[in-house]
Amino acid sequence: MTKTINITLKVWRQNGPQVKGRLETYHADNISTDMSFLEMLDVVNEQLTLSHREPIAFDHDCREGICGMCGAVVNGRPHGHQKGTTICQLHMRQFNDGDTIVVEPWRARAFPIIKDLAVDRSALDKIIQAGGYISANTGAAQDANNITVAQNIAEKAMDAAACIGCGACVAACPNASAMLFSGAKISHLALLPQGKPEAARRVTHMLRAMDELGFGNCSNERECEAECPKEISIVNIARMNREFIKAGFSSSVE
Amino acid sequence: MILDGKVPGGPLAQKWEKHRFDLKLVNPANKRKYKIIVVGTGLAGGSASASLAELGYEVKTFCIQDSPRRAHSIAAQGGINAAKNYPNDGDSIWRLFYDTIKGGDFRAREANVYRLAQVSNNIIDQCVAQGIPFARDYGGLLLNRSFGGAQVSRTFYARGQTGQQLLLGAYSALMRQVGMGRVTMYPRREMLDIVTINQKARGIVVRNIINGKIERHEADAVVLCTGGYGNVFFLSTNAMACNVSATYRCYKKGAFFANPCFTQIHPTCIPVHGDFQSKLTLMSESLRNDGRVWVPKDPKDKRPPTDIPESDRDYYLERKYPSFGNLVPRDVASRNSKVVCDEGKGVGETGLAVYLDFSDAIKRDGRETIEKKYGNLFAMYEKITADNPYETPMMIYPATHYTMGGLWVDYNLMSTIDGLFVLGEANFSDHGANRLGASALMQGLADGYFIIPYTIGGYLASSSFEKIDTAHPAFENSEMTARKQLDKLLSINGRRTVDDFHRDLGHIMWDYCGMSRNDDGLQKAQGMIQELRVEFWDNVLVPGKNEDFNQSLEKAGRVADFLEFAELMIIDALQRRESCGCHFNEAFQTEENEAKRDDKNYRHVAAWEFAGVDKSPVFHKEPLDFENVELSQRSYK
Repeated sequence: MTKTINITLKVWRQNGPQVKGRLETYHADNISTDMSFLEMLDVVNEQLTLSHREPIAFDHDCREGICGMCGAVVNGRPHGHQKGTTICQLHMRQFNDGDTIVVEPWRARAFPIIKDLAVDRSALDKIIQAGGYISANTGAAQDANNITVAQNIAEKAMDAAACIGCGACVAACPNASAMLFSGAKISHLALLPQGKPEAARRVTHMLRAMDELGFGNCSNERECEAECPKEISIVNIARMNREFIKAGFSSSVE
Repeated sequence: MILDGKVPGGPLAQKWEKHRFDLKLVNPANKRKYKIIVVGTGLAGGSASASLAELGYEVKTFCIQDSPRRAHSIAAQGGINAAKNYPNDGDSIWRLFYDTIKGGDFRAREANVYRLAQVSNNIIDQCVAQGIPFARDYGGLLLNRSFGGAQVSRTFYARGQTGQQLLLGAYSALMRQVGMGRVTMYPRREMLDIVTINQKARGIVVRNIINGKIERHEADAVVLCTGGYGNVFFLSTNAMACNVSATYRCYKKGAFFANPCFTQIHPTCIPVHGDFQSKLTLMSESLRNDGRVWVPKDPKDKRPPTDIPESDRDYYLERKYPSFGNLVPRDVASRNSKVVCDEGKGVGETGLAVYLDFSDAIKRDGRETIEKKYGNLFAMYEKITADNPYETPMMIYPATHYTMGGLWVDYNLMSTIDGLFVLGEANFSDHGANRLGASALMQGLADGYFIIPYTIGGYLASSSFEKIDTAHPAFENSEMTARKQLDKLLSINGRRTVDDFHRDLGHIMWDYCGMSRNDDGLQKAQGMIQELRVEFWDNVLVPGKNEDFNQSLEKAGRVADFLEFAELMIIDALQRRESCGCHFNEAFQTEENEAKRDDKNYRHVAAWEFAGVDKSPVFHKEPLDFENVELSQRSYK
């Protein structure tokens, strides 16, 4: 049932990467429980604008949980407490009248803050640039059905490929590691026959890039898996580790 | 002026091959001397950037999001068509071509659509080579499903995330080129203007969204892949940043805008539920394969759907269209939802919804099968509405989804500005007056992977380029104009927010230029838009400054363009004295209330030339000749 609630927000405000930030308090009244969390922030922003104060900057785009652009830590949890949900799909019916909600940006060395809740996640693109692809120039492909992929393998690859690159796994990890993000991409491609020729090179280069970009290491906290809005399994990290060991022992990749 | 689409001669099936031979080639060693700018990184822009860089061109790619992987192609759910005929059910290039041209109600160019069908098979090959995890059968071969009114199963899919997977494929190819230093990537940039020098597109001016810096970039050709303008309706299934600004500002510089009134209203979206709503969410059309659409027969029947017996339900699509049933094309399905809701039979709190019921499919195939096919869609629906579609029917209503109109392009995908190419949803070329399901992904990738790499070479090899740099007065002018507008927006300091104006504009467009249109409404809307535009420039409140991450300022620029562009849509809708596909003018309908075309007088593309903000645009047409198909009244009975 639709109802309205009143909430108190404590939102991280920071004007740029080098300036000091602080939590500011706002009241959001008569919020319909059918609203998404971001629609609630829209309402707050409209009020801030009309009272000649700067609206809260936050990244968002598709608002249907697939583009991976949105993300903030809500009450200490990336994308909020609802399992398997991005913040744009988190609805206010998940909260109660009178709640105080703390909203903060992703915090990780590799993700400098741009403004308020918006952070720079270009480090994730750089990990992909290091090898998160199959080298197949346009036009060179054979008939699609010449490559067969067992159904269960295709399904596993799809499970890993569902990653939206939002960075919640990094924000959740006490080491700010991008192991789940990298593991998902490496698994997706290593599982498929098309991805095998480059598998050793891919895992070696991507992991090196991850280290260079300032991401931490994995210490099996499993926070990433718990907070991933697409519920990507840490099995993918295990698979990446196997690929890494395999590459180290049985390939000539440096 | 009669526009020339530059369609090559010869038989339809050989046109593209002949044309590829006729196009001049750029010597491999010379390719690196040419700079190409690509704006947008959806399926069209991502695939074009990667493919052009692979050929050796120096590519600069721009996107509005923080990463090229986030373009709105990512949200496409259902699938991608190709004429592989793997299921052995009678498909062919000719059939895909015919279905697409007929689905578009005979308002697209034959040669373009045929080429699209021809290259569709290469797209699937390319995507599989990249590692796209398409659905597969137990034997390891690719699976297909029937989609959106097609009577063959030609749609390839990756669960309900086909767009995401295809985009990540193009993105990974693009990242590979960035890693190798062949593409320079500029994320978080918004295009403000196209720069033309000696009648050629030679660069762009962009705003760095993070710090407000205005940047100039020069090139030998510009490839625009900036998507559609569905957000003119405020509420749509488009992402929040989708806008008309890039294409509209090219229009203002001389690129003709074609068929702007052809906008698609998708039948299966989650209904609107409140004024605060920021966007609408599509439920993939594939749901209509197993879901049955119905409303109560009696408008007064307010029982919960599960309590309404079979005999009191009206499965209106199955009743009116026995051979296609729930799978009629999008425009037909949408209009029929509106009709039953206008009759008072709509359901839900607002009365603007119909049921999409899976109970029969669950009974027939079991919950597990349905979960496997649509699990993620059902979960998404439940998250948004708090209803469980396994137990109670979904409620759906049409929403703006795709825009068939766009910048006019010739067979080479070049606009009326030399050197400005337009790909994907941003152009008008392949879908006529209505796009069929699973065709947008096909067109975006066809344009980017398999068409632009050839046609841009032809242009570069047959043109001469003077040396320019970004100090050229044309760049200076563009930057000045853009700065002036940004300053103006920030200085008005009025009493209404940007969203407030946008929402008003959306209501006008939805009410008068939506699923069903009439002359009185359109004329009224034109006046309302003009008034709203005047008020906007007098009373908008944009906080902050330009030299900052200022999301209100970004939006303000986009809404300013929508306020001008909306009027162009109205003018186009008034010009077309017929109904066709998604453009339904109530004065032109058959006895069965279907769109009634006027092939004698309106078998053309309407292309508009900018003449000034408060001046009427100049009308041009490209007649459409159909040499290979017979124009028929679409019938889905």
